[in-house]
Amino acid sequence: MADLSVNFGGIKAPNPFWLASAPPTNSGYQVMKAFDAGWGGAVWKTLGVPVVNVSSRYGGVNYKDKRLIGLNNIELITDRPLKDNLREIEEVKKRFPNHAVIASLMVETKEQWEQIVRDSENAGADGIELNFGCPHGMCERGMGSAVGQEPKVLETITRWVTDVAKVPVIVKLTPNISDITVPAQAAVSGNADAISLINTIQSIVGVDIDNFVPYPIVDGKSTNGGYCGPAVKPIALNMLKNCAQHANVNIPISGIGGIETWRDAVEFILLGAGSVQVCTAVMHYGFGIIREMLYGLDEYMDSKGFETIDSMIGKALPNVLNWEELNLNYKVVASIEDEKCIGCQLCYTACEDGAHQAIALPIAENGERVPTIIEENCVGCNLCSLVCPVEECITMERRDDESKKQITWQERTKKGTIPNTFNDQRGGGVGHYIPSPADALKKNEKYKIKRGKN
Amino acid sequence: MAEFKRPKNKSEYEKNFAQEYPLMNDTEAHYESSRCLFCYDAPCINACPTGIDIPLFIKQINTTNVIGAAKTIYESNYFGAACGKVCPTEVLCEGACVYNHQDVKPIDIGRLQNYASQKAIESNAKLFKAGKSNRRKVAVIGAGPAGIAAACELRTLGYKVDVFEAKAHPSGLTIYGVAPYKITNEEVLDEMAYLEKQLGFNVHYKKAIKSKKQLAQLEKDYHAVFLGIGLGETRKLKIAGEDLEGCHGAVEFIEKLRMKQHKVKAGDKVIVLGGGNTAMDAASETARLGASEVVLAYRRSKEAKGAYSFEYDLAKQVGVKGLFNVTPVRLMSKKGKVAGVKFIRTESKKGKLVEVKGSEFVVDCDMVIKATGQSKRVEFLKMIDGLEVDSKGRIIANDAFQTTNPKYFAAGDSVNGGAEVVNAVAEAKIAAQGIHKYLFPNA
Ligand SMILES: Cc1cc2nc3c(=O)[nH]c(=O)nc-3n(C[C@H](O)[C@H](O)[C@H](O)COP(=O)(O)OP(=O)(O)OC[C@H]3O[C@@H](n4cnc5c(N)ncnc54)[C@H](O)[C@@H]3O)c2cc1C
Ligand SMILES: Cc1cc2nc3c(=O)[nH]c(=O)nc-3n(C[C@H](O)[C@H](O)[C@H](O)COP(=O)(O)O)c2cc1C
Ligand code: SF4
Ligand code: SF4
Ligand code: SF4
Repeated sequence: MADLSVNFGGIKAPNPFWLASAPPTNSGYQVMKAFDAGWGGAVWKTLGVPVVNVSSRYGGVNYKDKRLIGLNNIELITDRPLKDNLREIEEVKKRFPNHAVIASLMVETKEQWEQIVRDSENAGADGIELNFGCPHGMCERGMGSAVGQEPKVLETITRWVTDVAKVPVIVKLTPNISDITVPAQAAVSGNADAISLINTIQSIVGVDIDNFVPYPIVDGKSTNGGYCGPAVKPIALNMLKNCAQHANVNIPISGIGGIETWRDAVEFILLGAGSVQVCTAVMHYGFGIIREMLYGLDEYMDSKGFETIDSMIGKALPNVLNWEELNLNYKVVASIEDEKCIGCQLCYTACEDGAHQAIALPIAENGERVPTIIEENCVGCNLCSLVCPVEECITMERRDDESKKQITWQERTKKGTIPNTFNDQRGGGVGHYIPSPADALKKNEKYKIKRGKN
Repeated sequence: MAEFKRPKNKSEYEKNFAQEYPLMNDTEAHYESSRCLFCYDAPCINACPTGIDIPLFIKQINTTNVIGAAKTIYESNYFGAACGKVCPTEVLCEGACVYNHQDVKPIDIGRLQNYASQKAIESNAKLFKAGKSNRRKVAVIGAGPAGIAAACELRTLGYKVDVFEAKAHPSGLTIYGVAPYKITNEEVLDEMAYLEKQLGFNVHYKKAIKSKKQLAQLEKDYHAVFLGIGLGETRKLKIAGEDLEGCHGAVEFIEKLRMKQHKVKAGDKVIVLGGGNTAMDAASETARLGASEVVLAYRRSKEAKGAYSFEYDLAKQVGVKGLFNVTPVRLMSKKGKVAGVKFIRTESKKGKLVEVKGSEFVVDCDMVIKATGQSKRVEFLKMIDGLEVDSKGRIIANDAFQTTNPKYFAAGDSVNGGAEVVNAVAEAKIAAQGIHKYLFPNA
């Protein structure tokens, strides 16, 4: 049994699974219930001057039968009085002294910041998280992402807080910015103890096509919201990696964005997260999903021989390079395992129309449906293996001479062997098989639109 | 077996004959349609006799374009709703679904098809338009799947169409022959009314064409005649006791069941003679009517039976017992009624079925159903000049379903010898296009 406990920038918790500041941490009742279920920490729903919310507040993105692969919201920070929240924080801390309770804060003036930091500490908060991320509603009032998008302002406010705070201070970053490392460095300059990312992404999740209004609909109208849930994970992972690899961002990072399973958590940790925060998954499935996360993480760590979370953090970072540092000599080609193939021919149509015409159909007459890879044409893009519905049916196999030294774009640039004119014969596609345009019309594809005959 | 009590009223009847493939609800349709892979050159399409673009209509269901899905279905198959419920999908589209190769349940294509078609019918969606009149008239004999499909297609091509039907309802064996647990009378008739209303062909019910004179009149009044006459009555066994009270032909008994429902009585001990799908149906049906024992007797082995294995399974599930390698010698009687069947055992010798001498035995029963095939309507066909049938009594037709009398086209059971609803519908559409080509060679 691995040790799942963490010490995140001075904040201790029995495990790295924390609730993100959001509806699941709206009250002491919910946080108590979550800790009781197994969660290691909770970032309280952002405190400040209570707001007024609208109804409805959420829009969902479904993919086929999968509901809520993405969620967007137009909610603001807490709508409850500060003193009620503080009293409940105190009560939770008394009952769960070893769990992490972090107060998320968002106010306007220096005085307000100093006051609310002191109040939170007095209530027993183990840390403070500064919400510089909310992409709707608050930013128009000069708070939330309006701060996160202005590195100077971010640094100033962070300093206001770090100057008075006795507990660790985390700065939560907005992804609605082109280079996440810029606000991350500003947080470091402001003496933050840690950062957390990402907050929600500005979004419109869909449009009611009968009434011409995006979702969610408030009395016939809508507004942009903040996007989260499984769909945002890839964006979060990339921003996490960018910060974790940056020489000047040398503080702990709490990973947030689309985490739902132990695997997601492991991926965040391997790319540099010291703790993970979860919102949408709990809003979808309740606190109970923690058991899958805890068991899975524990079993993974045992199977890999990791004894502590610390020993896992950032393990994948050395393998993330810049594009120009990748080996151009490496070559894989697709390979279909006939026995597993069910003959859907999705690989064929994907490669034929969306890649490099490197898959051939069998002769249809004998009822055979297993396609074949034309190795000479295959560029090893992986597309077919991604569309194949059968696990491990299409695999990518190595074909380059492994004894040959690797060569990167960087090295070729130095050697002067990169293509640099429009018709340069050193272009990667030169000599690669491309059918002539008119051949397309001889194809008589099966999916041609048949309508309009009557 | 007593799994079923004799149904005393309509609701008990509906319970005993509960639908094998009930209508999907929106959620189920959404989840099931999500599983479809949208295969390239999808094998399910190739396995459908009417060639419905299955991945397309399933994707349309999935994107909530259900009426669009129905349009896709009806463009290929005028019996979209009925076929979704009565087609032997296990050996057609669903049998070809790629998921079978992965030992995963194939897509429930039939029920999805029925779902979309049913939605179109319920909402009275306008999917069809009669073509601009071309001032030509076609007579259709028989309002079965072949006749109705031909009438629909001819209407879209601009013909005036009169359908002559001997019985009181359209759809032929779909309503008079298919097992009631596959489709209800209401479902069948709703679809027929939907088609008739939108396409505007006229059906003249209880108007059998019986004489040479009538045929001559049709030939005079119409530019072409389409024959969708199906097959005839149950073939005679030619054994003693066949005419006793309590001995029925399967198609005749099933027709009575479909029309009179719970008012039809099955015997207490029933013997069904035959090994085809109709025999399986008759056995299941009498069991559901409350017979305490149903025996299926077939002259060949279990393996050699003509029925699909899922049809046999269905009969077994309701308690039907199989008796193989026996052939009936005569029916036994008691007070003028059937009291049993005398069988003799058979065996296969050098590929030939022979009777085993001295192996006769009697099985008691109070009802016998002969499911030994339908006869061909050869007497009727003889009245049409120049129309030829093959040695099995099937109408001879070319690829366009034109018979040897060029004015006559034919499709369905009367041409293919007895297949499924979907085959009749598919052939009839081609036949209608054949008529068009015949009357407008340059179109
Ligand atoms: C018991 C049984 C169960 C079946 N179950 C299924 C099933 O589950 N699924 C499936 O797909 N198929 C099933 N079939 C087969 C299917 O019903 C037929 O293949 C299909 O109905 C054939 O269509 P058709 O139009 O050629 O003939 P029919 O359906 O036989 O229609 C012919 C029509 O023509 C009329 N007619 C005939 N002669 C004349 C005349 N001289 N004048 C006027 N009208 C005339 C008849 O009254 C009838 O209405 C079953 C068949 C039987 C017998
Ligand atoms: C493999 C790949 C290559 C792409 N190359 C280009 C490109 O050359 N130029 C461009 O403007 N966008 C490029 N894009 C982005 C797409 O045009 C598009 O903006 C993006 O994929 C989002 O649309 P989608 O969700 O429909 O894929 C590329 C996308 C993919 C997947
Ligand atoms: S890897 Fe890419 S190029 Fe090669 S066969 Fe697959 S889809 Fe085609
Ligand atoms: S995608 Fe996979 S299962 Fe489908 S045809 Fe290609 S190899 Fe076979
Ligand atoms: S074969 Fe099955 S999965 Fe493929 S398109 Fe047809 S129904 Fe869908």
